[in-house]
Amino acid sequence: MQRYLLSRVIQSIMLMFGVLILVFFLVRLTGDPARIMMPRDASPADIEAFRDAMGFNEPLPAQFFHFMTGALQGDFGRSLHYRAPAMRIVLERMPATIELSLAALIFALIVAIPLGVIGGSRPGTIWDTVCRAVGLVGQTIPNFWLALMMISLFSVTLGWFPTFGRGGFSSIVLPAVALGLFPLGKFTRLVRSAVLEVRNEDYVRTAYSKGLLDHRVYTHHIFLNVSVTLVSIVGVQFGYLLGGSIYIETIFAWPGVGRMINEAVQARDFPLVQALAFVSAAFIVLLNLLTDLAYVLIDPRIRYED
Amino acid sequence: MRIDALDRQDLRRAPQRLARIVLRDKAGLFGLILFVLIVFLALAAPALSPHDPLQQNLRSSRQPPAWHDSGSMEHPLGTDNLGRDMLSRILVGTRVSLTVGFFGVLIASSIGLVFGMTAGYMGGRTDSAIMAVTNLVLSIPYLLLVVVVASVLGRSLLNVILIFGFTNAPLFVRITRGEVLRIRTSGYVESAISIGASRHHIITRHILPNLIGPVLTVATFEMSGMIFYEAGLGFLGLSVPPSIPSWGNMLAAGRQYIQFSPWIATFPGLAIVVTSLSMNLLGDWLRDVLDPRQRRSS
Repeated sequence: MQRYLLSRVIQSIMLMFGVLILVFFLVRLTGDPARIMMPRDASPADIEAFRDAMGFNEPLPAQFFHFMTGALQGDFGRSLHYRAPAMRIVLERMPATIELSLAALIFALIVAIPLGVIGGSRPGTIWDTVCRAVGLVGQTIPNFWLALMMISLFSVTLGWFPTFGRGGFSSIVLPAVALGLFPLGKFTRLVRSAVLEVRNEDYVRTAYSKGLLDHRVYTHHIFLNVSVTLVSIVGVQFGYLLGGSIYIETIFAWPGVGRMINEAVQARDFPLVQALAFVSAAFIVLLNLLTDLAYVLIDPRIRYED
Repeated sequence: MRIDALDRQDLRRAPQRLARIVLRDKAGLFGLILFVLIVFLALAAPALSPHDPLQQNLRSSRQPPAWHDSGSMEHPLGTDNLGRDMLSRILVGTRVSLTVGFFGVLIASSIGLVFGMTAGYMGGRTDSAIMAVTNLVLSIPYLLLVVVVASVLGRSLLNVILIFGFTNAPLFVRITRGEVLRIRTSGYVESAISIGASRHHIITRHILPNLIGPVLTVATFEMSGMIFYEAGLGFLGLSVPPSIPSWGNMLAAGRQYIQFSPWIATFPGLAIVVTSLSMNLLGDWLRDVLDPRQRRSS
């Protein structure tokens, strides 16, 4: 168990090193990072001055060394647009994104769990069909389009929710639903098939033969086992939510990391983009690590002895 | 002798069996028909378009669809902010989406097959190295990766195809490797090795044919995903240049006018939903037909 934990932690640290290397080379894909960061109409003299200021004239190994030593101390350079340390700006935007992601996740779980349990326990009925349809809808409707359509209907026509901004419960409803639709479909499919599977296990038959009531079998035996499967995928979904927030936060002017990614990319503010990419990836790696731990804690059958 | 005869009988009935499988799954059949229709629309788009999709006419800009009071049959789905015909643009936009999806998947699955088979078959350090890179790319939020690379490389159709081809490859690597590992340790490969079959024989006769099913299934879902993400990139202004009619570029314009002219965003989005639906139904069906082990649990 401890050895497993240790190896997972080491694995995660190695992964973060890999992400740093990737982030370093991504902005150098075209060979000339100064040109992609400067406006298209910048004069050659300006570009040369910028190249000098950013250290792009140094040999590549030296640049890499500077980048890595800085990054390990949380220093990704200064944002070209905000003229402030990139890392600090990114961390300031994190809470808004986490809030939106959690809201989307809660919305998805609240709908998906009951729906999946009902659908999975009554195969072949209308509920089962609804489950499959929800699973399909989640995969086929782009969240950015759904967001626009909901704004058109609920904000512009009906006036129920604000069109954009962050403040109060009503402002988070539309973005959370738009962002949560994809995980909703995923979770519904997953819960349904997990319930279908668990229903035929020996321990469920034993529970029934002991004379337990239906709802007790569900809460104590079926749902607990389904939740193990659910935990493993909720963590993974955060990666999607962070990506999806690029659209949703942009559309709803939500002041989080997603909107900042779009703004930084449009403004060609690449030090900021690097910090954003690193923080996002670190967040996902950390979550995956926590998911694995939770997995071991929840399910006593999983033991990593060797 | 008897087994041989049975085999032949089985083969003769193969077309009927296939027809039965196709007809059994109505949803899959629907997806197939829809997909064929979409491919046809993409090929015939120039002939079917009522107008030049690039023709601007500011006097008839933001005209609503025909069923609105102020709409006309001249522009059945209305016009966009520059007075360009929506229907024509959606039809021609099908080409960008399908091109990106098809070539993106072709590149991704080719890379995935080569590296996945190498990793799965060689094992050891080669395997560890390939899987380390694969897991690294998969650990970064996908959309973030695509957005950053797209902004560095700049807007062009070729760049978009390359981006999706390369960023999707790790997924195919992982699936191919898993399948190769499973097949390599299966009874029939072990017996083939025991009677002295060459590596070449095992790869071409046992491993490759068994990879077709799972890879094709994933390819269908991924193609649908790429069409999704291409539109998303276009929405952010990072896909093909604005002069090319694409669903993503149309959505980007639609967002600006969502308050008073919602149809500019509605129709390209519907086109994405229908395309994605057809491919998802097709993918589910392919999984059932080609890979009976992974049947949907029901």
